[in-house]
Amino acid sequence: MPAVEKALVAAHQEVAQGLYEIEVLAPQIASGARPGQFVHVRPGGTSDPLLRRPLSLYDVDQELGSITLLYKVVGRGTELLSRVKSREYIDMMGPLGRGFTLPQTGQSILLIGGGVGIAPLIYLARVLKAQDCTVQAAYGAASLQDAAVYQRKFQQLGIEAWPATMDGSLGYQGTVVGLLHQMAPAIKIDMIYTCGPEGMMKAVTDYAQSHQIPGEVSLEETMACGVGACLGCARKLKPEDADYAKVCKDGPVFSMDLMA
Amino acid sequence: MHKDAAISKPGPDISVNLGGLWMKNPVAAASGTFGYGFEYQDYIDSASIGAVIVKGTTLEKRVGNPPPRICETAAGMLNAIGLENPGVEVFVTEYLPRLRQHGVTVVANIAGNTVEDYEHTAAIIDKQSGVAAIELNISCPNVKQGGLQFGTDPAMVEAVVAAVKARTSLPVIPKLSPNVTDIVTIARAAQRGGADALAMINTLLGMAIDIKTRRPVLGNVFGGLSGPAIKPVALRMIYQVYREVDLPILGGGGIVNTADALEFIMAGATAVSIGTGLFVNPTLPAELSLGIKQYLTEHGLDKIGDLVGAAHRF
Ligand SMILES: Cc1cc2nc3c(=O)[nH]c(=O)nc-3n(C[C@H](O)[C@H](O)[C@H](O)COP(=O)(O)OP(=O)(O)OC[C@H]3O[C@@H](n4cnc5c(N)ncnc54)[C@H](O)[C@@H]3O)c2cc1C
Ligand SMILES: Cc1cc2nc3c(=O)[nH]c(=O)nc-3n(C[C@H](O)[C@H](O)[C@H](O)COP(=O)(O)O)c2cc1C
Ligand code: FES
Repeated sequence: MPAVEKALVAAHQEVAQGLYEIEVLAPQIASGARPGQFVHVRPGGTSDPLLRRPLSLYDVDQELGSITLLYKVVGRGTELLSRVKSREYIDMMGPLGRGFTLPQTGQSILLIGGGVGIAPLIYLARVLKAQDCTVQAAYGAASLQDAAVYQRKFQQLGIEAWPATMDGSLGYQGTVVGLLHQMAPAIKIDMIYTCGPEGMMKAVTDYAQSHQIPGEVSLEETMACGVGACLGCARKLKPEDADYAKVCKDGPVFSMDLMA
Repeated sequence: MHKDAAISKPGPDISVNLGGLWMKNPVAAASGTFGYGFEYQDYIDSASIGAVIVKGTTLEKRVGNPPPRICETAAGMLNAIGLENPGVEVFVTEYLPRLRQHGVTVVANIAGNTVEDYEHTAAIIDKQSGVAAIELNISCPNVKQGGLQFGTDPAMVEAVVAAVKARTSLPVIPKLSPNVTDIVTIARAAQRGGADALAMINTLLGMAIDIKTRRPVLGNVFGGLSGPAIKPVALRMIYQVYREVDLPILGGGGIVNTADALEFIMAGATAVSIGTGLFVNPTLPAELSLGIKQYLTEHGLDKIGDLVGAAHRF
């Protein structure tokens, strides 16, 4: 059920340099949450910084009523969030947005993530596993430390995952797009889901479209309201589109068919 | 509290009459920040809000500005949405019926680039039931006057208000732009045009630059500043206008809590509007109504009117 909740921080730790995992109890938000949706977190609680920050659902335990987020410290908001301690509260609103469309049971799915964009794919992976899909993942990580975090998480979920690192310290040496071209032809793929940097998602979309594989992308845009009221998070999905989509409400997940 | 005591003491009256617009409580959702009233329905019932001022409506559809459209600034934000809206026909056929059915106190907000645009849009809205008042966004360029903003020229303000008044029997509330040298002159011009109340303030023109790319952050280069950063400016302007012009004021600009709202009322606002504050706290309208009521109770006041302009008594 969508709500604004004072979410109790159950655990919060720096899992790699500048990369944090925070688990909170937010039973109302957790109860209706679906993979690909996000929450709007208020950092600090004063008027500066003012706006909420959108963060993807990284994991959800509906029985426990808990939500886990994975975030990179990139600016003031995430820096303030990183200072919150266990047993303190954070102000959280959600779940927001249109999540991933779930495939039929038993399908073969490829998840492709870049950096912290892997976050929403983890919760998706958990739900896909629960409906007996064959799930594989390819991802790019900025460092060995980051890669270890993602690799461990995929392993916990029992998912075969291929890392790519630029220095080759774990897995494929190069970008996840290079990895995709190397591995994808050899495996059965009914559907692709991707989240990460813009250029990466574009390349993944091109690959999927040229191989007639349906897929979905999760986009980012600066947000204010998060509910479709302010029209701030506008994005033209194709250059020739007349109208702007609203990433917070029409997305953040969009079908690759809608993309250029 | 004992049940009988609750009945015999109904508590202070926070309903207001804003120049003919009756509001059950003194809190309005500001135009452009609350969509068409249903976007926030999971978080707040729009029928519980004093007035919902819907997204700015123009005669024809507008697609809006290229992104980025928003950017956070110190204790505030810039927006350059570009009045994206589906046009007045879609508003009255698709959005208004639902608002009406749900019992929302709806204020239409209209914008245009010529006096005729405003007139036609107002005339279409006037024919509908379910609209309680019309707010005029006059922070728009007048294409027939070389793009000068309507709201910055007293003669244009008077003309556009008078033209709209001639087309509707609804209360007309011009929303003043703060991007002027003398707000009192503009407020007087609006009064001469026949304004029933004044809304103030709209956003302050501003910009931000990305030092990594060395480019303006907003797709439109300039945008409107809102949020707590503009509160002192809004308060000052309302204080000045309350002193000189005898019209009720819908005051807003940076309100994020009850104390802010009380300041606006004491400066001279009959009712308050909240915009950016809703993004941070969607349940703010309910909190403000309750907070204002509590303040009145604590200070032994029967009605909110007793507090309006209180800061002028010194
Ligand atoms: C739907 C959605 C889901 C997201 N999920 C996650 C997530 O799970 N984990 C995570 O770490 N981040 C996620 N983000 C990005 C996250 O919201 C931003 O990193 C955060 O708002 C930055 O806030 P800040 O105050 O720390 O940085 P700011 O001070 O606001 O900005 C610092 C720098 O980060 C850049 N930045 C700010 N916002 C964004 C953004 N939305 N996208 C890309 N760059 C941005 C700015 O341009 C600036 O260079 C998500 C964004 C969206 C829209
Ligand atoms: C995203 C956004 C969109 C807005 N759109 C409109 C609009 O369409 N018409 C209008 O008259 N004012 C518009 N405004 C101005 C607000 O209604 C309000 O006057 C202003 O933001 C100051 O109040 P605040 O600080 O409480 O937000 C908009 C403001 C924001 C932040
Ligand atoms: S953030 Fe307001 S419409 Fe998307």
